[in-house]
Amino acid sequence: MSLLHIAVLAPFIVALGVMLLRKPLSRIHAGWAVLPVPVILFAYFLGRIPTIQGGEPQHVRAAWIPSLGIDITLYLDGLSLIFALLISGIGSLVVLYSIFYMDRTKEAVQRFYVYLLLFMGAMLGVVLSDNLLVLYGFWELTSISSFLLIAFWHHRDRSRYGALKSMLITVFGGLAMLAGFIVLYVMTGTFSIREIVASIRTITGEPLFLPAMILILLGAFTKSAQFPFHIWLPDAMEAPTPVSAYLHSATMVKAGIYLVARFSPVFAGHSWWFWIITITGLTTLMYASLRAIKQTDLKALLAFSTVSQLGLIMSLLGLGSAAAYFGAGPDSVIYAKATTAAIFHLMNHAIFKGALFMVVGIVDHETGTRDLRKLGGLLNLMPITFTVALIGAFSMAGLPPFNGFLSKEMFFTAVLQASQMNFWDAETWGILIPVVAWTASVFTFLYSMILVFKTFTGKYQPEKLEKKPHEAPIGMLIPPVVLASLAIIFGLFPNLLSYSLIEPAMTAIHPALLEPGDTFHVKIEMWHGWTTEIFMTIGIIVIGSLLYKLHGSVGVLNQALTKNFTLNRLYDRGLRALEGGGKSITSTYMTGSVRHYVIYIFAFFILALGGGLLLIGDIHFGGSGSYAPISFYEAVAIIALVIPVLVLPFVRTRLMAIILTGAAGYMVTLFFVLFRAPDLALTQMIVETVSVMLFLLCFYHLPKLKREKVPMGLKWRNLLISAGVGVVVTLIALAASTGRSFDSIADFFIKESYPSAGGKNIVNVILVDFRGFDTLLEIMVLGIASLGIYALIRVDLGEQLLGQRDPYQEVYLPSRNDVILRTVSKVVIFIVVTFSWYLFSAGHNEPGGGFIGGLMTAAALVLLSMAFGMDVTRNVIPVQFRKVTAMGLLIALLTGIGSLVLGVPFLSHAFGHFDLPLLGDTELATAVLFDLGVYLAVVGVTMTIINSIGRDQ
Amino acid sequence: MELYMSLAIGILFAVGVYQILSKSLLRIILGTNLLTHGVHLLLLTMSRLKTGAAPLLGEEASSYVDPVPQALILTSIVISFGVTSFFFVLAYKAYQRLGTDNMEELRGKDDE
Repeated sequence: MSLLHIAVLAPFIVALGVMLLRKPLSRIHAGWAVLPVPVILFAYFLGRIPTIQGGEPQHVRAAWIPSLGIDITLYLDGLSLIFALLISGIGSLVVLYSIFYMDRTKEAVQRFYVYLLLFMGAMLGVVLSDNLLVLYGFWELTSISSFLLIAFWHHRDRSRYGALKSMLITVFGGLAMLAGFIVLYVMTGTFSIREIVASIRTITGEPLFLPAMILILLGAFTKSAQFPFHIWLPDAMEAPTPVSAYLHSATMVKAGIYLVARFSPVFAGHSWWFWIITITGLTTLMYASLRAIKQTDLKALLAFSTVSQLGLIMSLLGLGSAAAYFGAGPDSVIYAKATTAAIFHLMNHAIFKGALFMVVGIVDHETGTRDLRKLGGLLNLMPITFTVALIGAFSMAGLPPFNGFLSKEMFFTAVLQASQMNFWDAETWGILIPVVAWTASVFTFLYSMILVFKTFTGKYQPEKLEKKPHEAPIGMLIPPVVLASLAIIFGLFPNLLSYSLIEPAMTAIHPALLEPGDTFHVKIEMWHGWTTEIFMTIGIIVIGSLLYKLHGSVGVLNQALTKNFTLNRLYDRGLRALEGGGKSITSTYMTGSVRHYVIYIFAFFILALGGGLLLIGDIHFGGSGSYAPISFYEAVAIIALVIPVLVLPFVRTRLMAIILTGAAGYMVTLFFVLFRAPDLALTQMIVETVSVMLFLLCFYHLPKLKREKVPMGLKWRNLLISAGVGVVVTLIALAASTGRSFDSIADFFIKESYPSAGGKNIVNVILVDFRGFDTLLEIMVLGIASLGIYALIRVDLGEQLLGQRDPYQEVYLPSRNDVILRTVSKVVIFIVVTFSWYLFSAGHNEPGGGFIGGLMTAAALVLLSMAFGMDVTRNVIPVQFRKVTAMGLLIALLTGIGSLVLGVPFLSHAFGHFDLPLLGDTELATAVLFDLGVYLAVVGVTMTIINSIGRDQ
Repeated sequence: MELYMSLAIGILFAVGVYQILSKSLLRIILGTNLLTHGVHLLLLTMSRLKTGAAPLLGEEASSYVDPVPQALILTSIVISFGVTSFFFVLAYKAYQRLGTDNMEELRGKDDE
């Protein structure tokens, strides 16, 4: 953890603070609390300049996931430093501006600053990370914060649309970029950018080199709104204007530029890299400048102008990569000038475009509109704003003496140089490069003029404005004025930047061009004689002014290019087709019918398990002599089990179906006896009795079984699935019982049951001691089920889904005057209850235990209810069984917690032998206490269920 | 014995599944009941049958049958009792409210 790490973390921490301190911050504008963050960061990064200028990049590491080779390694060199300064510097001005732009009484300003800080931290992370995966994480975080900020006024449809669009496009690019990173990792075995750069010699010839390049460029182009991915940026203008100024012109959209610059040492020198970036950049520059002149919304105009300028920077980076063709030496220096221009223009653009966005924000804020057709003549009303707009627009148009002029001249030098290129097949088409660049610059001049003069000069139309405009408050003016001053200062003294920032950045982008120990020397001059460049600028001014005069009257200049086909429409249609297609595919299998889902499950079961058995060839049909012998009676029992089951699908009455199922259940009880499982037999017998009774209670109120009219095809399908499941299960049973691949853990339980747990009934010991935690959770599940039943029956959810209500809402227990039943049950109940207690208390050593005892007691109570009616039961035993369940759970839980108090793990049990009066030597175990909890829970659950369902008339 | 038990288990499963695939809620519940029985017997059969005395140390036998599946089944019996009851009440309540026990008519709505 270093100061650099803290710098990246600081915005996140403050964002958290803003969220937590919502109340105290609501009295002041939260922006005042946030403002120190970017200011301090800016000061910190300014302080780093001398070190970086001295040629010592800073490099710090904090381990994160060392086993995967992912560390949070931060790397501060000339390139990152420029971006860090832009992020914190423009960030400070934007926060200050937003304090006056966002009304704290009307807007959710705290949320706004949380998102803004989130972005600031993420963006710093992007430009400072050395590890590609960390970079990717921050990259996506910038997309997310951008999404949140665009949708800040989320009640507007357009905001949500724009947010989603930007998210889809940039995240698509981000994923492509991630794939590119992984391809790079596959080639080099490292995620560290510096290490990848170091191993560049070994990977250039690899077949994966080109795919990696294209994938990474996809990420860069989507983020930096290059054609044809630019369509998200104009829609992103729905964000509050400070956000547009910050994210969507100065910083986030330059992340793609950063990525291209950062990877230049890896990919530059490859002709594909040169052509893809140059052509994409120039196309974007040309197309977007043409679109910009047709906009009537000021922010839309600025959006297209941003796209266009991003294209310009991108193309410069492409042109600059030609330098890498030569390697270190004098030839490369000429081409490297393009890179210098790119870095310089990157900063210039942030400055003048930031100022222009703030101006547009002021105009919007003061007049209530951004529509050029309504604006005009604001010059006298807002003189300061006008001055800033003029400086910004002239700088953008490339007029002296502003900073934009210098970088525009350097741009022309670069494109003229590119037309002279005689390698990478540039001979034929190279001449087009300056032509396109010049034409686009004419349009740039044109829209810059439109922006400033259509707004501030011309006819003032107060009747079209919502508000009476006047100059903005001072706080809103300071940030654009600062930026406009910078535009002049850097225009007059460009070398302030060139020594301190541009030279180290050049070193970062073109390390291969330098001899060891050497540095770049960048000198930017305002005047260098009557060169071609200056004539190009004069031409732009002349033609541009002419076009400005014609702009209103010539349709080509102010009408849309085509009406029918636009990229936006393609995007909208594509999205709709995806949604519709996805829905229709999903609806073919998500039918809403539970039966279909059950069929999928069983079909998968058959395929997975049956297929698995086939694959490992573990199918046996007996033959091995180790099977247990079968006696005649057992064979009869099996037949007696199978017959009711097989008959079940054919019966037509409910009663018969229930009785047949019950018969199967009792036969299973018999098998438990045969297979030496006395506990199971007891449990199954009681459960079967109680559930058959439950069925009989309920069934009367279910409709009669109808003869199902199932089409033959479906019938066969059902049969096939059922038969398949049956066959697979049979095969599994055989495969499992033929041989064991490992020893059973049974021996452990058999050996340890008495010495460790003091019980001789191993099954019971497993339940209450060895696996006590399972049992605890199990009785909880039972308790939940019983409460669910209670709620379903007793709590009316209010809403009646269908009007007609069954007059017999409740299920009634028959309470006939059955004398024999009553007389017999009076005696039997006591015997059963006593027996159940015996079962419970003997459970640790003999068959029985909490489950069985509880069920037996419940069965006795059910018998009581059957014979005498619910009311009698309720009078005789005036307890609420839900409370009994709760008590049981509590006892079981407390037994477990008790062992914690004694310093042993949860649910440890102790036992000992005590010499008690009357009973003599008695064994007492805490497990019995736990079992008591189980007992009570089971009684409570069963009785809650029966009581809920059955009710007296 | 294992061979015949396996066949019986297969039949329990097959009929259980067939019942679950039918339209009537009552049949579906009974089907799950059969599946439960099938699973219990399957667990027992998998651990080999009749390999010793019941797992009670009081028997003082030289070998015992595997107690682990028995413990599993015991909890399963009780749980499935709870689940079946719940299922039953759900079916009853659904019928009372919606007037049908036909699974085809109990489909979810499209907009969900």
